[in-house]
Amino acid sequence: MNFMASKQPENSLLGPEADSQRTLYPYVTGTSVVALKYKDGILMAADMGGSYGSTLRYKSVERMKSIGKHSLLGASGEISDFQEILRYLDELILYDNMWDDGNSLGPKEVHNYLTRVMYNRRNKFNPLWNSLVLGGVKNGQKYLGTVSMIGVNFEDNHVATGFGNHLARPILRQEWHENLSYEDGVRLLEKCMRVLLYRDRSAINKLQIAKITEEGTTISRPYSLKTYWEFSAFANPAQGAVGTW
Amino acid sequence: MVKQQANWSPYDNNGGSCVAIAGADYCVIAADTRMSTGYNILTREYSKICKLADKCVMASSGFQADVKALQKQLAARHLIYQHQHNKQMSCPAMAQLLSNTLYYKRFFPYYSFNVLGGLDNEGKGCVFTYDAVGSYEKVGYSSQGSGSTLITPFLDNQLKSPSPLLLPVQDAVTPLVEAEAIDLVKTVFASASERDIYTGDKIEIVVVNATGIRREYMELRKD
Repeated sequence: MNFMASKQPENSLLGPEADSQRTLYPYVTGTSVVALKYKDGILMAADMGGSYGSTLRYKSVERMKSIGKHSLLGASGEISDFQEILRYLDELILYDNMWDDGNSLGPKEVHNYLTRVMYNRRNKFNPLWNSLVLGGVKNGQKYLGTVSMIGVNFEDNHVATGFGNHLARPILRQEWHENLSYEDGVRLLEKCMRVLLYRDRSAINKLQIAKITEEGTTISRPYSLKTYWEFSAFANPAQGAVGTW
Repeated sequence: MVKQQANWSPYDNNGGSCVAIAGADYCVIAADTRMSTGYNILTREYSKICKLADKCVMASSGFQADVKALQKQLAARHLIYQHQHNKQMSCPAMAQLLSNTLYYKRFFPYYSFNVLGGLDNEGKGCVFTYDAVGSYEKVGYSSQGSGSTLITPFLDNQLKSPSPLLLPVQDAVTPLVEAEAIDLVKTVFASASERDIYTGDKIEIVVVNATGIRREYMELRKD
């Protein structure tokens, strides 16, 4: 049968074949990102693990990247989608620079762009499987925001993704205050990351802390946190517990 | 091999409650500032209220990303209206636009529960209440969101609304004075915070009257 009138497009993104192109579940994933505002800007922390289900497949994944002159992006979730987002942002920053007009996209603008991208993908039922944290400073104004894989976004003085929401946010709510010094900010972030290391199965003890201020971005060399495993209760956990497993 | 089902949902409920009360020459629109997901609080200081036009304010609760997209849509359409008609959209006009915008996505809805409040062309307070797909009516007061089941009965009792079945049609606009309406709103949110886990932190109250738009805040329980 030859229908001259109807012509199927060449790319075959219509019909049932298109469904196999859509993301169903993530493969290689990063765990929590935690970030807070401090006196001079934003501090953000993320470990360097890339898990493949329950296997710890990659141990040197940089989940925080500098964007343009004023922003820092941290991501949890599917690593390949994060790399795709970095490609989108590369192009965005490039076009912004090509205007050569002395203006540059600030963190608020980048966050808005990311929100629109994530929401748009959710609308097409093909999400980028990430939770993103976007922080930065421009013209003295500090900004810290987050956006989820379905486009839910907000800004706050401290944010976290994944397990960080459960374990780190309560600590931050208790101990964060305006005008934290750099040392206090790092100490607070490390406290959060230590709790995550103890309690999040997908966390690893190799992390980076990134700082962004008006002057620019620095992402630390990877390092480990000191941990303590000699609590007496852990030595004999079944002691005194009847029928425990 | 069974076809894979999606294990993600395009929707989420970020909670919160909204209220609006219309008076003879004012309108009070209020919403809490808590944004949640599941049993977590994402942030305590998120505004659910959006000024759409000079005398027209909308409060929305539900799925935050859809609410944001809806607000953006309406703001963009309002700008076009201003360019074409060289004036601000009236509240009843915006009400119709909101309904049409919601119904446009009837088969992939904006998960957004809205109350629109403001002053009509005569300067009288008006409140419009919506469901997620654009069904709306003009009322004297309304509440939407996670705490609405707790708030609406209380408003019904306090504002003694006449039956909509009566003829001639009686206006449900309250005879209360602005200060009394604001007080009522504060009471209503304090009560809702006690029992609704998604309502709390702070209320943002916006008052629209002849002099313009003003904003005030009140602290609520943080648990």
